[in-house]
Amino acid sequence: MTQTTSRLFKPGLRPWLTSDTPQSRFQARCGRAWMGWLKLAENRLAMVGLGIVLSLVLVTLLAPVLAPYDPLAADLTKRIQSPNAQHWFGTDQLGRDILSRVIYGAQYTLMVVALVVITAAPVGLLVGTIAGFFGGWVDSVLMRITDIFLAFPKLILALAFVAALGPGLENAILAIALTAWPPYARIARAETLTVRKSDYIYAARLQGVSNTGLILGHITPMCLSSLVVRVTLDMAGMILIAAGLGFLGLGAQPPMPEWGAMVSEGRQFLLEQWWVSTVPGIAIFIVSLGFNLLGDGLRDVLDPRGGD
Amino acid sequence: MFSVLRSNRDGRKRARLFSGTGGSFIRLVFSLIITLFGLLLVTFLIGRVLPIDPVLAAVGDRAPQAVYDRVREEMGLNLPLWQQFYIYVSNILQGDFGRSVLTSRPVLDDIKRVFPATLELATVATIIGVALGIPMGVFAAVHKGKWPDHLVRIFGLVGYSMPIFWLGLMGLMIFYMKLGWVAGPGRLDAFYVDFIEPTTGLMLIDTLIEGDMDLFWNAVSHIILPASILAYFSLAYIARMTRSFMLEQLGQEYILTARVKGISETRIIWRHALGNVMVPLVTVIALSYANLLEGSVLTEIIFSWPGLGQYITNSLLKADMNAVLGGTIVVGAVFIGVNLLSDVLYRLLDPRARR
Amino acid sequence: MTQDLILSVRNLHVGFNTAKGAIEAVRGVSFDLGRERLGIVGESGSGKSQTGRAILGLTAANGHIRADRLQFHDTDLRNLSPRDWRKVRGARISMIMQDPKYSLNPVMTVGDQIIEAYREHFKVNNREAKRRAIEMLESVKIRDPELVFKSYPHEVSGGMGQRVMIAMMLIPEPELIIADEPTSALDVTVQLQVMAILDDLVRERGMALIFISHDLHLVSSFCDRVLVMYQGRVVEEIAASNLDQAQHPYTRGLLNCLPKMDGNHADLPVLARDAAWETQDLT
Repeated sequence: MTQTTSRLFKPGLRPWLTSDTPQSRFQARCGRAWMGWLKLAENRLAMVGLGIVLSLVLVTLLAPVLAPYDPLAADLTKRIQSPNAQHWFGTDQLGRDILSRVIYGAQYTLMVVALVVITAAPVGLLVGTIAGFFGGWVDSVLMRITDIFLAFPKLILALAFVAALGPGLENAILAIALTAWPPYARIARAETLTVRKSDYIYAARLQGVSNTGLILGHITPMCLSSLVVRVTLDMAGMILIAAGLGFLGLGAQPPMPEWGAMVSEGRQFLLEQWWVSTVPGIAIFIVSLGFNLLGDGLRDVLDPRGGD
Repeated sequence: MFSVLRSNRDGRKRARLFSGTGGSFIRLVFSLIITLFGLLLVTFLIGRVLPIDPVLAAVGDRAPQAVYDRVREEMGLNLPLWQQFYIYVSNILQGDFGRSVLTSRPVLDDIKRVFPATLELATVATIIGVALGIPMGVFAAVHKGKWPDHLVRIFGLVGYSMPIFWLGLMGLMIFYMKLGWVAGPGRLDAFYVDFIEPTTGLMLIDTLIEGDMDLFWNAVSHIILPASILAYFSLAYIARMTRSFMLEQLGQEYILTARVKGISETRIIWRHALGNVMVPLVTVIALSYANLLEGSVLTEIIFSWPGLGQYITNSLLKADMNAVLGGTIVVGAVFIGVNLLSDVLYRLLDPRARR
Repeated sequence: MTQDLILSVRNLHVGFNTAKGAIEAVRGVSFDLGRERLGIVGESGSGKSQTGRAILGLTAANGHIRADRLQFHDTDLRNLSPRDWRKVRGARISMIMQDPKYSLNPVMTVGDQIIEAYREHFKVNNREAKRRAIEMLESVKIRDPELVFKSYPHEVSGGMGQRVMIAMMLIPEPELIIADEPTSALDVTVQLQVMAILDDLVRERGMALIFISHDLHLVSSFCDRVLVMYQGRVVEEIAASNLDQAQHPYTRGLLNCLPKMDGNHADLPVLARDAAWETQDLT
């Protein structure tokens, strides 16, 4: 694995990356990233996970090219066909090609993950670093709020939000984001507590860096690696909740080819036409397994305390 | 779905749900009360502030304006928000969760009726999860880095990645429809349902009280599949945490002491190391139990299990907010209660925490 | 001494495979032990503790032992099955570890841990085992043995914990006790007390003792003979009474590190080291 990847670089790049005496911050960072990558690349399962995640992105981008049929085109003369040469994964109750629907469904899964992460992670990061940095009553209040959200079971809280906001993919994403941030706040706070008394923070403060500057420029970066690990591991959970909401009819609405909703649509044909439910279910499983494998590998690299 | 499960699965020492509870038991209780209060506030806000009209849900959208206004006043919705909240909290503290629009019964009565089904399912699932998860975790730790360890790790990751509703459907298709090894959806065969008096509401116990073994085995064959599917998730979590705690303990000095004494490896693992692992593991098991009470929502739908999850979901689809919020509060309160219980158990198991 | 040979070690090697490569912790240690008290002295990393563990077959999983001879009475310790090891450990050779805070199981009572050690090797009922355990606690000079019996390890002090440890390791009446830095985790005031208790019991019961320590002074006052180890080798073997006539520069260095009472307050000398010591053999 390492040999094939190192060949991608020009001969001069490798010594630059592995130098013991980096000439710039940028080089030091690249060097660290390179060492991390080498360690990650040793983990075969993590590489499988990375492959799955990259495939998800590719499938999303190339859906119009890859999909043999229009995912929404119903053709009642072809309803519920078992897998065959024209329709590799068969057709559903409206005669739509299941393979094409699964391919187009990838974008909803990716969208859920991306939108939840870009909303929940910064909120959690901000709440956690502020609580940890200022301590005292700010910490108490913010962490109490975090605990309240944490005390709610995630799916039930998401259900309640969706019930109030009305069903739909956007509301499902919002509901998941609202339930996803508290663990990030806890992690960011824990990391902040370990660094806020360090000498380099004092040094920066003596140089006149403001509180905002300290939090954003000096503390947040220290929280990132544990946060990345945690977010990657959580992505699988987000996918499963989104699919669960879709399955309950509270997420993406028909005729959207969202995987959870597709499993639900296939329920009534389960005994005789098993493929209608099975194929999208396997898609959900593979993608969340991919995120789990990748997250597990990342944890070993970025968060040595978590690994045994 | 398994939010707190995931949040703690890489915890090293003791998994904890609440952040501010390093200290005494009283502090824990205090922080739990505040959390419970917050729970009420959030459910209240969801119910009153977000754009859904509870009056419309009650009277229907074709009711005349006069009826609408009267109902609105009856519901207290014309009062200031803080007064509404006050009424809401004092009602709930008196056990009044309002009336369900769907069943037209008090929500609390509905919950009392459906909760035992969920409790039974989650309990059986936890028993399966503990009975298999702990040995698997111990096995993985003892063979660290060898194939049993990898096998348990992959088994766990697969568990974390499986959409439970899909796994449930596949289970039904294979074990019920194709093989006929287990009974189908519901808690009993339709034929038996009227035979049983709900004494405890727990079917396995009620059938035993009646002394009807046919009924008992029928209930077992109904619960075994949904419970096993639920158990997979807690099993994966418990196995992983057991492994991690076990590795930590096996590296301790007292293990070497036991070896010096000539104690057998079996006894060292199961008595000495596991005895110490159980202390933090209690919290893990409690968390996973609490999560199963929630995680059962989708399983209950798939298996037509008349529990709290199904009740909440059905109410949700009919915009029956009293029932949804009532159910949410009960689940949240159970969650908090289980956390309290795990703290008590922790103190009982760890001689160092006793006073 | 040799007419009553208990343990015979020839050319013992203990190595470890670590992430950073192979390490040889013990490199060719040889000695014989009769019914006597042998001290092994050296700085940390000299291989003294690993020598002790190798005798009990408790080298860590990533380590390996090699020896020309590792004989305990008529038992060859080199290739024992796990089952045979369990008949040796505790019953015939036992070890007292450094810090009772970590070496006692925190969730088992002191009494249960002592009883466990006894009943592993003697088929007696619980009542008899308890009687023996209380007796044993009395013999390590614990004033209220019934109370300590029921206590958990965190409830007793360090000195008391180490006495419990001694009671637990001596109760099956082994022939050889290895004491690995048994007092270095204790307060100076209780160190001698605990050592005296151990010494009395070892003499009374006619056991052999291997006392591993970094403290040359302590070793010389409780042992008959001293092995000085450096970098995995024995650099000098000397009778404790003749210590002031030690020849090897490393031993002399260790002796000179001891502060003297006679008022000569020059700087404490730094230990001299010589790469040649690592290869030369004791002749």
